[in-house]
Amino acid sequence: MMKPRIILDSKHFEITVTRLCYQLIEVHNDFSNTVIIGLQPRGIFLAKRIQKKLSEILKKKDIKCGSLDITFYRDDFRKRELVPTATDINFIIEDKNVVMVDDVLFTGRTIRAGLDAMLAFGRPNDVELLVLIDRRLSRHLPIQAKYIGKTIDSIASEKVKVEWKESDGEDKVTLMNF
Amino acid sequence: MSNLSTKHLLGIKELTAADINLILNTADSFKEVINRPIKKVPSLRDITIANLFFENSTRTKLSFELAEKRLSADVINFSSSSSSVKKGETLIDTVNNILAMKVDMVVMRHPNPGAAVFLSKHVDAKIVNAGDGAHEHPTQALLDAFSINEKLGNIKGKKIVIVGDILHSRVALSNIFCLQKLGAEVMVCGPTTLIPKYIASLGVKVGHNLREALEWCDVANMLRIQLERQEIKYFPSLREYTMLYGLNKELLNSLSKKIIVMHPGPINRGVEITSDVADSDQSIILEQVENGVAVRMAVLFLLAGRV
Repeated sequence: MMKPRIILDSKHFEITVTRLCYQLIEVHNDFSNTVIIGLQPRGIFLAKRIQKKLSEILKKKDIKCGSLDITFYRDDFRKRELVPTATDINFIIEDKNVVMVDDVLFTGRTIRAGLDAMLAFGRPNDVELLVLIDRRLSRHLPIQAKYIGKTIDSIASEKVKVEWKESDGEDKVTLMNF
Repeated sequence: MSNLSTKHLLGIKELTAADINLILNTADSFKEVINRPIKKVPSLRDITIANLFFENSTRTKLSFELAEKRLSADVINFSSSSSSVKKGETLIDTVNNILAMKVDMVVMRHPNPGAAVFLSKHVDAKIVNAGDGAHEHPTQALLDAFSINEKLGNIKGKKIVIVGDILHSRVALSNIFCLQKLGAEVMVCGPTTLIPKYIASLGVKVGHNLREALEWCDVANMLRIQLERQEIKYFPSLREYTMLYGLNKELLNSLSKKIIVMHPGPINRGVEITSDVADSDQSIILEQVENGVAVRMAVLFLLAGRV
């Protein structure tokens, strides 16, 4: 195994999240008709972080952020062990602009399932995708993110690991080779 | 650990505590799903399930069918009263003919104990036991455990009494196995004639006085008197049974603490439980029915993960 390569250290991590927030504000202004939906399990950390940062920048407390579990919508649930986690969306997404948030965009299958799962909560006006890391050469489906923290070129055998202060002690993104 | 240790759901006896907890946790997620505006998920869209009911059922059959449809499975229904079983076809032949039409899972209720186990050894499909004679009714026990857990927050250390016709009850046996595996204390209470002789060897308490049993417990599961299974008289009259083992509001209110009342249905109102108890705020009978769909979705989802 090769030495893991750091893609984002904690300082660049912070800068990247802040930039993503300003990009969101350019499009969504004060977030009065926009909601954030993080995909379980790892997209939640980014969604919550963005919600917190936006509240600080906009000085607004009521930015809506939910979490969506997509286990029951996956196309590969019989090929791997999957444990469902909680879905917590306590608002209506009908006619809202939705920003879907995940940590890493890889094959696009998770996002495909996420789009399906989201429709159970209403018909949104508009859906955009925000990811921290875009592994642009690995897509299986025609899915692209609108807001990207960092784009990387990686091969399938490599693994991107996103760590969060909340759960792992440090904000960090590393590329590992197996 | 996110897989069941078993290929089929034949009884609670074969499950581990980890299996039961996995099913209950998964059911939590499904309970959230069935309370959404759109109550359906596409997980089992490529799976066909046959519901084979060789014995009458309303709740279990509807509940399974609803669970299957909310998982987007294709469903075929079969009941023995309108089938070739009447012409003398054997169980294995009936099921193999159905499986020849490419069915992935079978949900079966049958009047003979062990029918599900027998089938699992002879046919190539996932079997879910929806009740086999007076043997087991695993999904009922799982939904009862789920309902108790939801109401009390925990099952470990809780005291549950099962009242009534223990002898003919598959619900009782499955409940005893399930609750004990989750760390609860279980008592059975009823007339001597309706309590099997060796039930104490399962590690349950045995009582014959309803008031004492109710004072002891946190939850009372009132079973139906199964007149259709009783070939001989086990007690002098229904009226006498009701006087000694029926739960009424007066008795419930006179207890020193508020207990939870459950019933697997169908209720004989005025026999094992009076209407005002069944409809009181201590009863969780309708929650049990709602939870039944979520629990059955969890069981089918987890078993289908291994198709």
